[in-house]
Amino acid sequence: MATIAAPTRMMGAPIKRREDPRLIQGLSHYVDDIKLVGTLHCAFLRSDYAHAVINSIDTSAAKELPGVVTVITADDLGEVGGIPCGAEIPDLKVPDHPPLAVGRVRFVGEPVAAVVATEAYIARDALDLIEVDYEELPAITDLDKAVEADSPLIYDDFGDNIGFTMPLEAGDVDAALAEADHVVSQRFVNQRLIPNAMETRGVLAEYLPGEGTLTVWSSTQVPHILKTQLSLIVNVPEQKVRVIAPEVGGGFGSKLNVYPEEVVVSHLAIQLCKPVKWTEKRTENFTTTIHGRDQVNYVDVAVNNDGTITGIRARILADLGASYQLLTTLIPTLTNLMIVGCYKIPNVQIEMVGVLTNKMATDAYRGAGRPEATYIIERMVDLAASTVGMDPKDIRFKNFPQPAEFPLEIPTGIIYDSGNYQESFNKALDIVDYDALRNQQAQLRQEGRYLGIGISTYAEICGMGPSIAMPAGGWESSTVRVEPTGKITVLTGVSPHGQGQETTFAQMVADEFGVDIDDVIVVHGDTGRQPYGIGTFGSRATAVGGTAMVIAAGEVKEKMAKFAAHILEANPDDLVFADGNILVEGSPDQSVAFAEVALEAHVAKNLPPDTTPGLEATHFFEPSNFTYPFGAHIAVVEVDANTGEIEIQRYVCVDDVGNIINPLLVAGQVHGGIAQGLGQALYEGAVYDESGQLLTGSFMDYAVPKATQVPHFETDHTVTPSPVNPMGVKGVGEAGTIGSTPCMVNAVVDALSPFGVKDIEMPLTPNRVWQAIQDAKG
Amino acid sequence: MIPGSFEYFAPTALDEALSLLQEHGDDAKVLAGGHSLIPTMKLRLAEPAVIIDIGQIGSLRGISESDDKLVIGALTTHHELESADLVQQRVPLLAQTASEIGDVQVRNKGTLGGSLAHADPAADWPAAILALDADLQIAGPDGQRTVKATNFFQGLYETDLGEDEILTAIHVSIPDADTKGTYLKMHQVASGFALTGVAVVLTKAGDTCQSVAVGITGVSDAPYRASGVESELTGAALTAGNIAAAAEKAVDGITALEDIHASQAYRQNLAKVYTRRAIEAAAS
Ligand SMILES: Cc1cc2nc3c(=O)[nH]c(=O)nc-3n(C[C@H](O)[C@H](O)[C@H](O)COP(=O)(O)OP(=O)(O)OC[C@H]3O[C@@H](n4cnc5c(N)ncnc54)[C@H](O)[C@@H]3O)c2cc1C
Repeated sequence: MATIAAPTRMMGAPIKRREDPRLIQGLSHYVDDIKLVGTLHCAFLRSDYAHAVINSIDTSAAKELPGVVTVITADDLGEVGGIPCGAEIPDLKVPDHPPLAVGRVRFVGEPVAAVVATEAYIARDALDLIEVDYEELPAITDLDKAVEADSPLIYDDFGDNIGFTMPLEAGDVDAALAEADHVVSQRFVNQRLIPNAMETRGVLAEYLPGEGTLTVWSSTQVPHILKTQLSLIVNVPEQKVRVIAPEVGGGFGSKLNVYPEEVVVSHLAIQLCKPVKWTEKRTENFTTTIHGRDQVNYVDVAVNNDGTITGIRARILADLGASYQLLTTLIPTLTNLMIVGCYKIPNVQIEMVGVLTNKMATDAYRGAGRPEATYIIERMVDLAASTVGMDPKDIRFKNFPQPAEFPLEIPTGIIYDSGNYQESFNKALDIVDYDALRNQQAQLRQEGRYLGIGISTYAEICGMGPSIAMPAGGWESSTVRVEPTGKITVLTGVSPHGQGQETTFAQMVADEFGVDIDDVIVVHGDTGRQPYGIGTFGSRATAVGGTAMVIAAGEVKEKMAKFAAHILEANPDDLVFADGNILVEGSPDQSVAFAEVALEAHVAKNLPPDTTPGLEATHFFEPSNFTYPFGAHIAVVEVDANTGEIEIQRYVCVDDVGNIINPLLVAGQVHGGIAQGLGQALYEGAVYDESGQLLTGSFMDYAVPKATQVPHFETDHTVTPSPVNPMGVKGVGEAGTIGSTPCMVNAVVDALSPFGVKDIEMPLTPNRVWQAIQDAKG
Repeated sequence: MIPGSFEYFAPTALDEALSLLQEHGDDAKVLAGGHSLIPTMKLRLAEPAVIIDIGQIGSLRGISESDDKLVIGALTTHHELESADLVQQRVPLLAQTASEIGDVQVRNKGTLGGSLAHADPAADWPAAILALDADLQIAGPDGQRTVKATNFFQGLYETDLGEDEILTAIHVSIPDADTKGTYLKMHQVASGFALTGVAVVLTKAGDTCQSVAVGITGVSDAPYRASGVESELTGAALTAGNIAAAAEKAVDGITALEDIHASQAYRQNLAKVYTRRAIEAAAS
């Protein structure tokens, strides 16, 4: 009876997102929409220099501007702590990270002072009145140069610009490279990206001196972690801190953090005993919300004439930026773990070097470390195929593990939960009609036209994750409560901000209790209402948070079945929950309304002996492993050799994300993921000049893909359930981003292979594509 | 994205606007559609103390036909030019150019006069206005004057317009039946502005080119007429070979821009390829 629900009515149904009507109609509240009486407005003065000594800061003129309440610098922060580095690594050098710069600035945009005024306009005007005397220092912006012995230093006492090194070794790579028929070597740049959530960050903090309570509304993906950290940093006991993530307009990892502005605005609210608000400007979002990716990879692969890949060696320089945000140091280590992708490669050697530079910190951005790994292996597999003269399709089949080999331990030490890489790849090849395409390509080449077919087969790591592998724990929580009227309230520790769990979680609970989905509400993002949780990132919310919820629902259901059995004078094991009733299986006239049982549980006049009133359960779920989605993406492009312009003719993907709760939402995640992944391949890139100025600091220069710049997506799935959780789900938030980037680049390189083009650095702008053709022509 | 404070005037007559401009001099900025000016104010790249919003001046609006000319008020929006029957019938090149600008919101607010006065090196209108050899009507303290498009654009964000003047209308001769125009644009992928935009107005006599005008934007710090291309092709047979040879001259005497979006060599190549394709389209 009260075991985990088998898929029934709602599971698998393409229900529209229940969140959308309120969002589309503007009936919702983001941080900036929340107005408290007497709110003051904060603005930050930020460094114009990438690297400079601060000789002095003069705030006197700003303080005199009518309407200005206070102006603070690091000197005014008292006992306020620094920004936490959440991921320890052996021998990690951790620089101090004060919320406002102390003595030196280390990236353009670093906060130097904060103004509080009665109006946002006045606060902004006051920034122009603050005088900072800077002495400029040489900026360190190039990864290769930053690790040279004579490079200027970002932190003088570190001795070099290396934050950490993380070696990983399995098997014998030297032997593999020495014995292989071929060694293929390539340098890749996995360029820096700017996440650009549609809603910029924002913080509103209110301190009630009587109660001593601090309430912080923040556009965050991790309200619980932020609550704990803020309490420690601004010195308010944790039981008196409440963090609310109201409607959050996207994050992509960029709001999985503890930011200086969250600290400073909270501190100011405490000091002033008035609500203080800061809304990030888009220009600030570009410079001072975390960036993603940014690695230089030197890779060697050992491959034999039959296509067998026997080893991979990589030296990876990962740009950490100037200071550490929450997971800055963790993200590159995920690249290490996933370097062999979906192939059986026995010998692996990686030297990961985390490098400090005068730029904004990097951290989690959709995919977070795995797109970098997938890019390395998927590009190398194509290069290996062309070296041994094999079709890129065949070399992949040659190196896939067999379905029977799962769960599969790979050399980097993790265990792939389940997989059938052949099935998804074959399906994608069928949909795109691969052999016919290759024929068409050959024909068009005769006419001087350049069709390219790009493949990427990937495996990724999701459902984060067992606590042993997660800095703040990897479990998740949920409370399920049946109210006296039979309505159901679900509290979840995860913090959706666009993923749609208000819909999918309600689907699962409605199924479990056999009630209408409209009788279920899913509540999240308020540490004052939910049990402690970890948050939404790493495609974990459904696999981990959903499981906690389903188990809690099962406990409530078991109790409810006892109550119903008592009323019906039946055996609880014979009861089914369906259509708002609880009935005896096989004799439908023996039935009681779900709501009647709920009421009885609360008025508690007729409960069976040895039971307690109420219908509520909380479960904390600890997963035994990560989940490992996989799939195959195939792109067809035509390149205009005269201009380097790329036309995407088809985009086919077959993703295996385990069981699917709602195909509409899965499609949405895949579409958005691919858009961002091909954004990296074709359009996006944060460019800093040599002096550390961000040249791509607005949408005029930083190209996020627009609706007209993405192709029609042909999406499909195979279903290989995960054994890690009872629902068999894997996770879909990042699959599209991970699979699509190398797919697009492989397609363009394939198109240009008649010219002898082997690689083009991302993003593949028309200029770069054209230049690659010119260079290849010589 | 908070602009500095400013004083705001919304005159309803041209004279009133001109005298406000005189009065406030350097401190004042004319506001038309606001789609270039307001973004720069929000970034505080411009902090005018006085804004003179000319949007209420009816005489600066509208499209009419007189003496074989289209008379287009400076305040006419990109969208109006894109959709007006009169424009589509008489000078379709203008409608085609308008349709390549920005997105719907930008086209609904931005104006022809504002775009020309702003003289962004990557703006679309200048290419077409140059190729059509338009006349620009300018009002100032000393009355009205007319400037040829070829004399109007002087450099990066620089035009012949004085600080106390207002661009009032654009006059475009209506081409005859043997004349065809084309605008071909490569969009800068982030901003949507022209990485290269080539407008061609070509008159055929049988299979030869009787006359051709080529306006190019996005390539140099000011839009220009590709006179090398024009003289090479005028009087020549419109063969693929002749067109390609003429297009090779698209950047003769021009210093192409170089920035993070395109190298100098790439811009030169784009100008040539797009010139060739635009001429081929106009000649077909
Ligand atoms: C997101 C976005 C995308 C865009 N994409 C494109 C594009 O693809 N192609 C393109 O060409 N443009 C593009 N634009 C610019 C757009 O076309 C602007 O509308 C145009 O450049 C300026 O016209 P405006 O009426 O908005 O002028 P305003 O912004 O009001 O004024 C611009 C300047 O011209 C002056 N001015 C305006 N009118 C007059 C006048 N009658 N007399 C004298 N001075 C005057 C103003 O003082 C100011 O200095 C884009 C703009 C945005 C915001």
